[in-house]
Amino acid sequence: MRALLILWRREVALAWSGGGGPLLACGFFLCLTVLVPLAAGGDPADLRPVAGGIAWLALALSSILSLERLFERDHEDGSLDLLTLGPVPLELVVLAKAKAQWLAVGVPLAITAPLAAVTLGLPPTLAPLVSLSALVGSLGFALTGALGAALALGARRGGLLIAVVVLPLFIPPVVFGAGALERASNGLDPAPALAFLAAYVLFASVVTPFAAAAAIRNAQG
Amino acid sequence: MITAASLTVSRGDRVLFRDLSFSLASGEAIALTGANGAGKTSLLRTLAGFIRPDAGTIAFVDIALAEARANHIHWLGHLDGLKTSRRAREELTFQAQWSGAAADGIAAAVDLLALEPLLDLEVRKLSAGQRRRLAFARLIAAPRPMWLLDEPLAPLDARWRAALGLLMQAHLDKGGGIIAAVHDPLPLPARTLDIGAGR
Repeated sequence: MRALLILWRREVALAWSGGGGPLLACGFFLCLTVLVPLAAGGDPADLRPVAGGIAWLALALSSILSLERLFERDHEDGSLDLLTLGPVPLELVVLAKAKAQWLAVGVPLAITAPLAAVTLGLPPTLAPLVSLSALVGSLGFALTGALGAALALGARRGGLLIAVVVLPLFIPPVVFGAGALERASNGLDPAPALAFLAAYVLFASVVTPFAAAAAIRNAQG
Repeated sequence: MITAASLTVSRGDRVLFRDLSFSLASGEAIALTGANGAGKTSLLRTLAGFIRPDAGTIAFVDIALAEARANHIHWLGHLDGLKTSRRAREELTFQAQWSGAAADGIAAAVDLLALEPLLDLEVRKLSAGQRRRLAFARLIAAPRPMWLLDEPLAPLDARWRAALGLLMQAHLDKGGGIIAAVHDPLPLPARTLDIGAGR
């Protein structure tokens, strides 16, 4: 247990400070949401109905940026071998790394998200819901992202491969997250969509540790 | 401490070695030799459990393989496993604590390997030899009986080769075991196991 805490603290420190930290993810996220009105024409009335969807798309893309850092660098510098031979099962190591990734990238994105959503034309009253749903959804992104990062381990140009592996897995949270915003802006209760989003996160937190650990062991062999 | 029976390991289509059997007693060191690509590193990785052998078994005396991987093996590959962006102190502390070291163990390792002047530097500023000493520190800081070392002395100068030789000898005297892949002979009495020879 103590070892897990030591690992987690290190992973958070690495995720915050290393290249691809919170600033990069948030900057990329804001750039994307600024580009959309420029590309789609400046009329806010056109954008308003799709603002939630665009915010979620940008969130998903920004979550992919630093996934390569998650296992690839540890694999390259040999520290992944050390983590595998430690006192903590590899499944928990994966979970700790995904949680650290969420804390360093997902949480800052969830704080930035309302700003972007309101800029795109979403009513400011929905800002708390945007933050809440992004907080839950980005945990799902971090977990399935960790799975994709583990699967792409050792492949040359793994970063590009991760995006292709992971984006299809991001479809459910994007659908449910944007759905929650859509329902709320139409005056409906967003709870059902949020429940599906939470269910996705729970599912991912069960499947990811085992699948990613198996992928890592395979890459080490 | 460890017994390998009729190990066969292949990488891709190429069989590296077939029917390799050996055992290591407590207090003994084995120097793995063989040409580049003969399979020294693969054998070490097989013993550590990273590679599953095509045939044969590995057994540790009195402990299951999973338990041995968690608490009894020190692995020092040809990569040091250090993050270049972090300070030497942070990396040493993490590696040692992760391997189960206590604070006094870390202090002793810093002392023995003369790491004190390096601790506040970023790892990227250290030379290859200094990094190897830093990575070696966890072996001293956290007592684990079985050391699997891949070219442990390669980046070191003559003085530190001798010093690490003494530390390895001390580990053997305490009843530990060492299996090391080497090109130059180890600076301590060791049985030689030539990988390419059995082919």
